Amino acid sequence: MGEAGRVRDGLREGWRAYRLIAGMWIRSTMAYRLSFAMALVSGLLVTGLDFVAILLMFSRVDALGGYSLPEVAFLYGLSATSFGIADLVIGSAGRLGSRVRDGTLDTLLVRPAPVLAQVAADRFALHRVSRITQGALVLGYALAATDVDWTVVKVLLVPVTLVSGAVIFGAVLVAGAAFQFVAQDAAEVQSAFTYGGQTLLQYPPTVFGKELVRAVTFVFPLAFVNWVPAAYVLGRPLPLDLPGWAAYAPPLVALACCAPAGLAWRAGLRSYRSTGS
Amino acid sequence: MGEAREGSGVREGSGGAVVDAFIELDRVEKVFDVRRRTGFLRRERRQVRAVDGLSFTVARGEIVGYIGPNGAGKSTTIKMLTGILTPSGGRLRVAGIDPARERTRLAHRIGVVFGQRTTLWWDLPLIDSYRLAHRMYRIPDARYRENLDRLVELLDLESLLEVPVRQLSLGQRMRGDIAAALLHDPEVLYLDEPTIGLDVVSKARVREFLGELNTERGTTVLLTTHDLQDIERLCSRVMVIDHGRMMYDGPLAGLHEAGESERTLVVDLERELPPIEAGPAARVVRVEGPRQWLAFPASQSAAPLVARIAAEYPLVDLSVREPDIETVIGRMYADKETVVPGAGNS
Repeated sequence: MGEAGRVRDGLREGWRAYRLIAGMWIRSTMAYRLSFAMALVSGLLVTGLDFVAILLMFSRVDALGGYSLPEVAFLYGLSATSFGIADLVIGSAGRLGSRVRDGTLDTLLVRPAPVLAQVAADRFALHRVSRITQGALVLGYALAATDVDWTVVKVLLVPVTLVSGAVIFGAVLVAGAAFQFVAQDAAEVQSAFTYGGQTLLQYPPTVFGKELVRAVTFVFPLAFVNWVPAAYVLGRPLPLDLPGWAAYAPPLVALACCAPAGLAWRAGLRSYRSTGS
Repeated sequence: MGEAREGSGVREGSGGAVVDAFIELDRVEKVFDVRRRTGFLRRERRQVRAVDGLSFTVARGEIVGYIGPNGAGKSTTIKMLTGILTPSGGRLRVAGIDPARERTRLAHRIGVVFGQRTTLWWDLPLIDSYRLAHRMYRIPDARYRENLDRLVELLDLESLLEVPVRQLSLGQRMRGDIAAALLHDPEVLYLDEPTIGLDVVSKARVREFLGELNTERGTTVLLTTHDLQDIERLCSRVMVIDHGRMMYDGPLAGLHEAGESERTLVVDLERELPPIEAGPAARVVRVEGPRQWLAFPASQSAAPLVARIAAEYPLVDLSVREPDIETVIGRMYADKETVVPGAGNS
């Protein structure tokens, strides 16, 4: 079997194991509907407060870096929804470090399923849909309130961007988990990149220094989660004077992110299996 | 099953040829890089040979005790046999499969029980772990039903199935873990310290079950343990490793001889007395007030010694302590030359 065949088999088996494990956790969650409903509502309230901070800011100013409230809401909605999807699907992998530390990773390695699928689906927390819901609500408001000159391409770009953004955040989460094979206490470092990155993206690129925007575009391409495609949809100049076609790049960037994240994961797992710690 | 229980004779033919070797290790090594902080930003790198040129074979249907002191390389060996760890050198096969390369294919054919950590899903009812295994291992429905019913009955799990794993006692959890490891009919079962921390009743139950599993289903069993009684009850063959090397491979009786191990008789007298004189076979090793400790060869019965002391001294209470593995191996080390039928068969 060639390398491509192995990867394909791994993905298929991984997806199968993921569904089995996540399904088990969902059934278990649903056994306690009331506590699930409460987790959902409190999640909505907490993430809702996040956007209230932005609303408060706009009670003092009319624009932030040249972006109006609905435009900032558009950025916010895209970033929060993508991140919410990634966090729901793969966020549990962030606990890898503690599994390495207490040795329970070994118990995953004796099961006939890829390890990444098992850690990602572990304790699948359906109540995390609250973040997605809140992001989607803000996005809905933004779409209704902004004055966009809609074309077919722009309409298609919104869902494509959401999925691409989720994949980009997912790649960051996987790479962060892979890093925990080496540094088991790196969960905070990972949070700085994921939560930090997500918060950064809620504000327009125009409020940040050029160096930071450059880093977030070329080195660590979070800008393609929302800044670049959103600027195009809103009819604004793209950050860093990027050419117009860069607005269609999110799916390609997302795919390109998967490769290093996958390799990092494999390298991390290989190093664990050769050192055992 | 009688054949496999004879031990060493079955494993190797006259020319040293392996007969139906199910587990094969040939000069397997595992070297760890240990980094230690020696100062700010300064690190020292040291190589530790956890497993050092280990060779052995286990035939299908054998039940083998794998013992050694802490840090001897037992767990590292098990981790290599299950595909968790990649060996640094040598050749290793289980059921003809290279565990490190084909971890998931091997997983269908082995069962693993870690005494110290569970493979069950901690926050969910026990039955959920079994249902998941049913799907994940692709166990045919009828076979799953049959195996589950049998294991639930043999391991007395009926009342525990709906209990979340975290609420189970250690002994209950261990039984639950053993069942989980056997649902997919593995050909070999690895147990890493299966009786650690269990009470006497649970220990006996686990041992009895493992013995039956081996005789009735012909499952190959490899268990690491600190408890010599596990070995005495279950294993016809013992492998002792220390510092990653095979120190002894053969029947348990031979281990006691090789280690010249001693048992200890603890005697409580009515009052403080000079050291007991109990003949040439026993000697007093310690006196503390009215309590005295006597060492005597493990191969000898305690009965005549007890009778003699009871007849001549004002006896209040007594107990016999078995030698622990550390002591036996320690003695073996001190007297290396006399050891080892069958070890070092690399």
